Amino acid sequence: MIKTTDLIQISSLNFSYGESEIFQNLDVGFSAGKVTAIMGGSGSGKTTILKLIGGQVRPQKGRVICDSKVVNHMRHNELFAHRKTIGMLFQFGALFTDLNVFENVAFPLREQTALPDAAIKDLVLLKLHAVGLRGASRLMPAELSGGMARRVALARAIALDPSLMLYDEPFTGLDPISTAITGNLIRTLNDTLGITSVFVTHDIKASFKVADEVVLLSRGCVTARGKPEDLMESTDPLVQQFVNGEVDGPVPFHVRSRSYREDLALVQSENLK
Amino acid sequence: MERSVIDLWVGIFVALGIAALLFLALKAGNVDSIIKSEGYLVSAEFDNIGGLKAKAPVKSAGVIVGRVDNVSFSNQSLRAVVKLNLDKQFQFPKDSSASILTSGLLGDQFVGIDPGGALENLQDGDRVRITQSAIVLEKVIGQFLYGKMSEKNGD
Amino acid sequence: MTLFKTMLSKLGRKTIDSLWTLGVASTFIFRVIARSSIVIRRPNLLVAEMHFAGVLSLVIIIVSGLFVGLVLGLQGYETLKRYGSTGAVGTLVALSLVRELGPVVSALLFASRAGSAITAEIGIMKTTEQLSAMEMMAVDPYARVIAPMFWGGVLSMPLLAAIFSAMGIIGGYLITVVVIGVDSGAFWSQMQASVDFHHDILNGVIKSVVFGTAVSAISVYEGYASVPTAEGVSKAVTRTVVTSALAVLALDFVLTAFMFTGAH
Repeated sequence: MIKTTDLIQISSLNFSYGESEIFQNLDVGFSAGKVTAIMGGSGSGKTTILKLIGGQVRPQKGRVICDSKVVNHMRHNELFAHRKTIGMLFQFGALFTDLNVFENVAFPLREQTALPDAAIKDLVLLKLHAVGLRGASRLMPAELSGGMARRVALARAIALDPSLMLYDEPFTGLDPISTAITGNLIRTLNDTLGITSVFVTHDIKASFKVADEVVLLSRGCVTARGKPEDLMESTDPLVQQFVNGEVDGPVPFHVRSRSYREDLALVQSENLK
Repeated sequence: MERSVIDLWVGIFVALGIAALLFLALKAGNVDSIIKSEGYLVSAEFDNIGGLKAKAPVKSAGVIVGRVDNVSFSNQSLRAVVKLNLDKQFQFPKDSSASILTSGLLGDQFVGIDPGGALENLQDGDRVRITQSAIVLEKVIGQFLYGKMSEKNGD
Repeated sequence: MTLFKTMLSKLGRKTIDSLWTLGVASTFIFRVIARSSIVIRRPNLLVAEMHFAGVLSLVIIIVSGLFVGLVLGLQGYETLKRYGSTGAVGTLVALSLVRELGPVVSALLFASRAGSAITAEIGIMKTTEQLSAMEMMAVDPYARVIAPMFWGGVLSMPLLAAIFSAMGIIGGYLITVVVIGVDSGAFWSQMQASVDFHHDILNGVIKSVVFGTAVSAISVYEGYASVPTAEGVSKAVTRTVVTSALAVLALDFVLTAFMFTGAH
């Protein structure tokens, strides 16, 4: 499911961690300038897609194209140049625990630019202001709540003004207010900065509110791609099961096994008699 | 922690480390051994060197004037050959004698040099002609007992 | 017969596994060394890690050095008294410290104080995705985090070992000269007559450099290779201390065999 207008195009991709296969012949794209949600059950490889886009893992087969450059063929220097255009928000923020909030946000600026201290200070305060935490700049990460840490990490991710934002499970472990704040931030950042955003989640309510487009992953393939409303009305049983959160369906409740009768020891011994 | 505080502590740490190294080199070790002064090699043959080893001190009038460079055995003379590395600033007449001495009763052995009276001095590669071997304690005791016994027999 | 066969194949498996680990670890360390130019370009990073590895180990090194010296002095005095050569106690204390105890004991203490902290720090950074976050900011964690930690350890170790030996000699002096009353002149002069700068002190420094390199390499590798869970990090810390101790003792044997046997 790739469109020619997509900023990111993943085509006929195979990926496995050692023995366990994650993707087989995956085709998926993400529209430029839009907010796309990648959804799917646990272990369906949602986070792996973000890592493939960032070049942190390489596929065994296939291509990951970002802005008409092949990410999985990049050399070290090209890859680093590619990553400078990406901002990534990790699941729990991944703030540097030995640096305070200000220094965390200043980190990419200090590493990647030669700006004078005064300019760095103003930029950091600007980014912190955007996430509403200018007043927390002297706190250490350990003193922040989960939602605040996520917002600091967001400020850090946008420090270098990326053209692509990746979010790994931005709503996990957040209370409803923080979830709403984070969703709102993803939306406004995308629209005001004119960037492309991709986030991974299994929070249906939040993602359907924020995303322009939803990609549903299941068993290493894309099951559906479309606007949230379209997915709601889809008749595909798999989509229905996921959207409505049903216990059993195409994704079975039971892990595949022998028949229950065959497995039980007492029944077995009965049969032998 | 502030960077200036970290800098200060690391500065103190490095200074302490260097001070400790200097303490070991100057107070625990001997300063002379740091600077290997220019020396000249002189050889001497002994019938018996006892427990003399390389790097043992060479003394004259109680002052360290050099170190034993190496110890070997000569197939021609069937004697021990000791190479002495003497400090350039100390010069000895050609007819000086070398003897192997022991510091204290059971201490380490060293080479003692008694200056002679010749006008010419020892040069690099020269040989000390007059030597006196180490006193081997077992031999001394043996001779002492032998002497006592012959005294008794004489009675 | 089958039992024998399984045992043999288990041994084979173990050997292949450990060779594999050794290969992976060496590749890792070469990678770290190859990215080390940052240490010269940004000395502040190195200073921070020397604080982490060196300054924070100072107290334990100073206190242990002092106590080891006190014990050596006391034991040495009691033994030498029987031969009436208590003046040689300075020689005994200084030689045992400078040649063996200084480098070895301070390396063991360094492994359990600084090495474990380095492993834990890198392991936690990995677990909390801080290293991944750095990668995604186009910052190489090998250069930015691991290389300064490695070199901080390598540079701190010889300084710590020298401080340990110096404190030990001071401890020996305190107990034998100040408390027991051995002649101070004999203590220092006999020590100076037998401690050789090249043969004893320099070799001791070489030992501590080798130990520091080994312990630092093990610490950063175990941290980087740790399983990114709380349990994985705690296991990695244990492995750092155990592997470092074994490596230090084995290397000490090899180095001693090269340095202090043969002539003299």
